[in-house]
Amino acid sequence: MPVHVILLDAVRVAQSPTWMPSDGALHGPALDHLMRWNLIALCLCFLAAHAWLVAAILRRRKSTQATAPKALPWIILTALCAMYVWMAVIAQRLWAENRFAGPAPEAMQVEVVGEQFQWYFRYPGEDAAFGITRPELVNAAGGNPLGLDARDARGKDDVVSSVLVLPVGREADLRLRSLDVIHGFFIPGMRLKENAVPGLVLHVHFTPSVIGTYPILCSQVCGSGHARMQAMLSVVSPAEFQAWLAARERARIQEGAP
Amino acid sequence: MRVFTTNHRALGILYLLLALAAVIAGTLLSLVMRVHRVWPDLALPFFGTIKPEDYLALVTMHGTLMIFFVLTTAPQIGFANLVLPEQIGARSMAFPRLNAAAFWLTALALLVLLAAFFVPQGAPISGWTSYPPLSAVAAAGPGEGAGMDLWLMSIGIFCLASWLGAVNMLVTILSERRAGMTWSRLPMTVWAWLVTSILTLLVFSELLAAIILLFSDRHFGSSFFVPQGDLVNGHIVGHGDGSPLLWLHLFWFFGHPEVYIAVLPGMGLATSLFANFARRRVPGYRLMAAMLLVIGLLGLVVWGHHMFVSGMNPYAGTAFALTTMAIAIPSTVEVLGWLTILWGGRLRLTTPMLFALGFLSFFIAGGLTGPILAQPVLDAYLHNTFFVVAHFHLVMAMAGVFSVFAGVYYWFPLMTRRMMNETLGKLHFWITLIAAYGTFFPMHFSGLAGEPRHYERLAGPITSFSAIAANERGITFSALLLASAQLIFLWNVFASARRGRVAEANPWEATTLEWAPEMARARVERGPYEYEILANETNFHPQWELASKQE
Repeated sequence: MPVHVILLDAVRVAQSPTWMPSDGALHGPALDHLMRWNLIALCLCFLAAHAWLVAAILRRRKSTQATAPKALPWIILTALCAMYVWMAVIAQRLWAENRFAGPAPEAMQVEVVGEQFQWYFRYPGEDAAFGITRPELVNAAGGNPLGLDARDARGKDDVVSSVLVLPVGREADLRLRSLDVIHGFFIPGMRLKENAVPGLVLHVHFTPSVIGTYPILCSQVCGSGHARMQAMLSVVSPAEFQAWLAARERARIQEGAP
Repeated sequence: MRVFTTNHRALGILYLLLALAAVIAGTLLSLVMRVHRVWPDLALPFFGTIKPEDYLALVTMHGTLMIFFVLTTAPQIGFANLVLPEQIGARSMAFPRLNAAAFWLTALALLVLLAAFFVPQGAPISGWTSYPPLSAVAAAGPGEGAGMDLWLMSIGIFCLASWLGAVNMLVTILSERRAGMTWSRLPMTVWAWLVTSILTLLVFSELLAAIILLFSDRHFGSSFFVPQGDLVNGHIVGHGDGSPLLWLHLFWFFGHPEVYIAVLPGMGLATSLFANFARRRVPGYRLMAAMLLVIGLLGLVVWGHHMFVSGMNPYAGTAFALTTMAIAIPSTVEVLGWLTILWGGRLRLTTPMLFALGFLSFFIAGGLTGPILAQPVLDAYLHNTFFVVAHFHLVMAMAGVFSVFAGVYYWFPLMTRRMMNETLGKLHFWITLIAAYGTFFPMHFSGLAGEPRHYERLAGPITSFSAIAANERGITFSALLLASAQLIFLWNVFASARRGRVAEANPWEATTLEWAPEMARARVERGPYEYEILANETNFHPQWELASKQE
């Protein structure tokens, strides 16, 4: 069984080189490319080391004295060190692109709030500003899951959704928060992961490039409902997004109080 | 054997028995987890249907048992008690009573930990890393009340015990060496224990401090780790201005060196076994010893690679990525050193040698995914997925356990004056090797597919992960085979201890001093690995032989 499983896996990997779900983010292809080359390079190292091991075992009776070529290990060491440096440099460039620079000023602001065991997404509305929230006002049953303070005018048009809807091709700047414990905000299809930490507001930004729906998972153990703490990212055309947001805005204004 | 013995060899055996009890418990827990992941609605005997919180309690206890009570005890303090004093030519450990106290504290810690299963709401669910506020607030989930308190007490006691054990080991190595046992004549195992005892002193004292702070947050109203306004289960619990990130830093400053504490003794043992069973000297002995030290020291400055997506500053992520990548270099030197010993050696494929080779295979397999996870941008996808589970189970768990098996098969004559059965040993090795790869290698694919750790079932409200269901089933079958194969080992240990072939003096033709005849008390004049391959035969000079007797 195990050998069979390994072989089966090897065949599948050959067909779809990284097993990752299809990418829907602008920065994804570069990351996938890096992942693929890393996996291939390290897989070759694994095979080479084991070929050496097997060869050493097979020739064990022939050897009359220590005949290992003296220079070979140093050559291999140098080559491997060069590979580690190459990996570090390439990866740091991508990391810097994704995380060192902030989002463009016109990026779309969405707040992501994790709580046991639910994700909420808040859009700032026409004023482009989020209203103040207070933990003591949180009342999910009463329709105020994030604790919006009604006295703050900026919050009057804030839209809270349980689905993350984003327009394709526009950069999204997420502000991650958590009400209770640490959660992990993970969208495999967007190649994006960052923890939501209580007490901190963390920003991540990315650009969805392919229309479709993508699961959002919790990747940091957060309690008994951890495996069920999932939501949906829906990437839609800009027109569809405008229509969706406008409908939510109207509903919000009519509803009046938070 | 008296129960409260201060004899180091008896204590070594007690430590190994304690690790055996912990590994049996930890393995059974993991099998329940594996079966539940594949057949989530199956009612198991003794357990019934597994609730989500039960699964998380199993994960937490599995990790805690394996990391603390198996991988920290057996290869380090267990084996060190068994042979360290003899290997350096000492009569005993420096502090025999401290040594005994350390063992009994470890046993107490194990009992306190297991008691967590039997308190109301059961064992904690926050994983072996116990991130607050989940671990800081009793209302955050089942098991986070009394169960979490017991977990903290257990680990606190374990910290003290490890500390005492490490002081004892360090002082023994520094001050109890026989005349002539210079630094360059130390067996590589002693170098490894030297490094791990320094690491243990530094990081377990720091973990104890962190545990006391967390305990204080839970019971004394402090707020080191819980932020202002934290709202758990409808109640505001955050009144101070703490930060959960502080715990992550404190925990991983301990947690990463901990990995090296688990695997460095195996690296030392593998070096000794490769030299012995290839009948070769260790080329670059000083370099390999120095690299153990370098790995240990670098291990103290890489903890941030567990925190790339934790909210830590991304510039810090870059710094930790570079220090982490740097560790690949001394690790590569070690691997190339071992491969050089093996190439051109006159290999004797005994059971301990096979397990040492298995250690090397897993060290390579698991080690190579290290550089992938060290790249923050790739870790931002792979963090907390099964890819990480595959990585550390290969490089720490399997490499560590294989080094323990190698040590048990190798030193068994010192414990029982008998040899273990070689046929059963080889059968045990091959099934374990194949089943271990079958269990942990396919986890890479689940991880690449995005499957997070700590998920009690694959199908959630949004995802189904149906593409990896077959992969997961294969892993479970393989895990069941892996665990069953250990019955061969248990049978071999207990049968050989009673009826095994009586061992001759120095049965493996080894050179290090633990195999010296009782009478040999001479000054040490030889290096640890004086093996040579002549035209048609091999020759060796043990460390208890005087240099003047050289032919």
